[in-house]
Amino acid sequence: MKIVVCIKQVPDTTEVKINPQTGTLIREGVPSIMNPDDKGGLELALQLKDKYGAHVTVITMGLPQAEDILREALAMGVDRAILLTDRKLGGADTLATSNALAGALRNIEHDLIITGRQAIDGDTAQVGPQIAEHLDLPQVSYLENLEYDGKKTFTIRKQTEEGYQMLEVDAPCLVTVLAPAFKARYMSVSGIVEAYGREVEVWGADKIDVADEKIGKAGSPTSVAKAFPKSLKPAGEQYDVDPEQAVGIIVSKLKEKFII
Amino acid sequence: MDFNLSKTEELFLQMIREFAEKEVKPLAAEIDEQERFPIETVEKMGKIGLMGIPIPKQYGGAGGTNMMYGMAVEELSRVCGTTGVVLSAHTSLCAAPILENGTEEQKMKYLPKLASGEWVGAFGLTEPNAGTDAAGQQTTAVLDGEEWVLNGSKIFITNGGYAHVYIIIAMTDKSLGTKGISAFIVEKGTPGFSIGKKEMKMGIRGSATTELIFENCRIPKDNLLGKIGGGFAIAMKTLDGGRIGIAAQALGIAQGAMDETIKYTKERKQFGRSISQFQNTQFQMADLETKVQAARLLVRSAHYKKDNGIPYSVDAAMAKLFCAETAMEVTTKAVQFHGGYGYTREYPVERMMRDAKITEIYEGTSEVQRMVIAGKLFKK
Repeated sequence: MKIVVCIKQVPDTTEVKINPQTGTLIREGVPSIMNPDDKGGLELALQLKDKYGAHVTVITMGLPQAEDILREALAMGVDRAILLTDRKLGGADTLATSNALAGALRNIEHDLIITGRQAIDGDTAQVGPQIAEHLDLPQVSYLENLEYDGKKTFTIRKQTEEGYQMLEVDAPCLVTVLAPAFKARYMSVSGIVEAYGREVEVWGADKIDVADEKIGKAGSPTSVAKAFPKSLKPAGEQYDVDPEQAVGIIVSKLKEKFII
Repeated sequence: MDFNLSKTEELFLQMIREFAEKEVKPLAAEIDEQERFPIETVEKMGKIGLMGIPIPKQYGGAGGTNMMYGMAVEELSRVCGTTGVVLSAHTSLCAAPILENGTEEQKMKYLPKLASGEWVGAFGLTEPNAGTDAAGQQTTAVLDGEEWVLNGSKIFITNGGYAHVYIIIAMTDKSLGTKGISAFIVEKGTPGFSIGKKEMKMGIRGSATTELIFENCRIPKDNLLGKIGGGFAIAMKTLDGGRIGIAAQALGIAQGAMDETIKYTKERKQFGRSISQFQNTQFQMADLETKVQAARLLVRSAHYKKDNGIPYSVDAAMAKLFCAETAMEVTTKAVQFHGGYGYTREYPVERMMRDAKITEIYEGTSEVQRMVIAGKLFKK
């Protein structure tokens, strides 16, 4: 089984602050880390490697310094690491990013593509599903468990707001993974010792067969207008009443807030 | 001269910090309180290769440097002094002398299991009447046919009882003085070898410190480590390496106390402001930070020399002396900055202060380190 895991280098948002004037992230002095959901996905891949001898490739698209998370992935035990980096890819939104990654993935053998659910810097949860669409692959998002029959079928537990669904899907497919479901292993000491002596393949835009107008800033129909810290939703009020009374309460609350 | 960490060392630091924070710190107060050996942590360390950092790959180790090993002891000790010394005694006092003095057969037999953490290592030199004056060994080893017969006892042995492999120093020919001392490898479970009293200690209470008893303990002739009569030199050289490990432990404890004190003095308000805003706090903390940084450079410089085959025994002595005394000063002041709370077990600084004290004593007291340093100064 060939697995490809898409990972992203992100600022550690637990330590990031937002400039209130400009609404942009203050990145100075903030450490860069492997996105937590991606790291969960990488752990899933490594567990499949341990159990079934899968071959695991990691790919990241980003600045040259994103090499750091590829070295980390090598030290955790992956077989192959690819850095997709090119000025032409800069300023990409989720669509341009998924176009570029899908282009790269067409050139990498895969039975299973794993991405994190979402990145902690953008919080869109769009890139994984978009890649699946570009590659015309079945996809399961919000994965919290995966069983493999050793041939070609995965039995997947997918988290939903109400609970979970159990799904069966055949390879090749794409899944997006929730970090809390997979406690990532530590890099091994010997893996660390070897990490910088191993190869990281550097791919430019010429290695992917995607038109220039579909990647980078040119391929990005959206841009970030404003960034703001997430505020916690309050618990809300609960009423245990019959439906007719409930309608009255809802309407009066909406009027109270001048929504209707 | 390059004071920067290499990319590999940076990656290692990232891993060991996360490991210490997530796996070691949550247990630190508990194992101290219960005086319990952190066996589950040793298993976790073994799994990722921390029990064999500087052991070459051909013997099952990670093939890392002593610099990395020192960083590991520092980072573990930053949150738990006990875990730091478990690793230090295992690596410096057992795996290292086998690596440096063992035959190929001995290395192949012991190092892979030590490096994987399947076996824990220990070292027995100290006796009731042979502490700082280590030449006064009373444990004897007599060759009887194809076996050595050991008799005597060792005290204050770190990892005692939990270790599977013990480097034991014993007298093989009293008439030759220190040249009549030899080193042996003794396995747990050998008939005639038993674990005696477990010490109840002030600090590093999770680490097992025990007596070892040898009563007509017969070990194979091949378990001699190095040459007959070479044991004292092996012990001294082993302690040179061990001292950098203990220096790193002391450094970690000092850094841990700094971390706690910075956090606490920023939060704690008196007279309407954080106590970190008082100049007394700032000046004292500035002095302590300077000492901790100086201590770190001594540790790294000693490990740099060891890694590069440059003699380091005086460097090791200076690192241990300075780190241990810095740890004692920093932790004592950390308790003072915490006031009444610092004296309670609700905050970790009291534990750190108790843990720090031993670093001035074991693997050569501060007085012994001064003897080593002065010995070089006034060498004829």
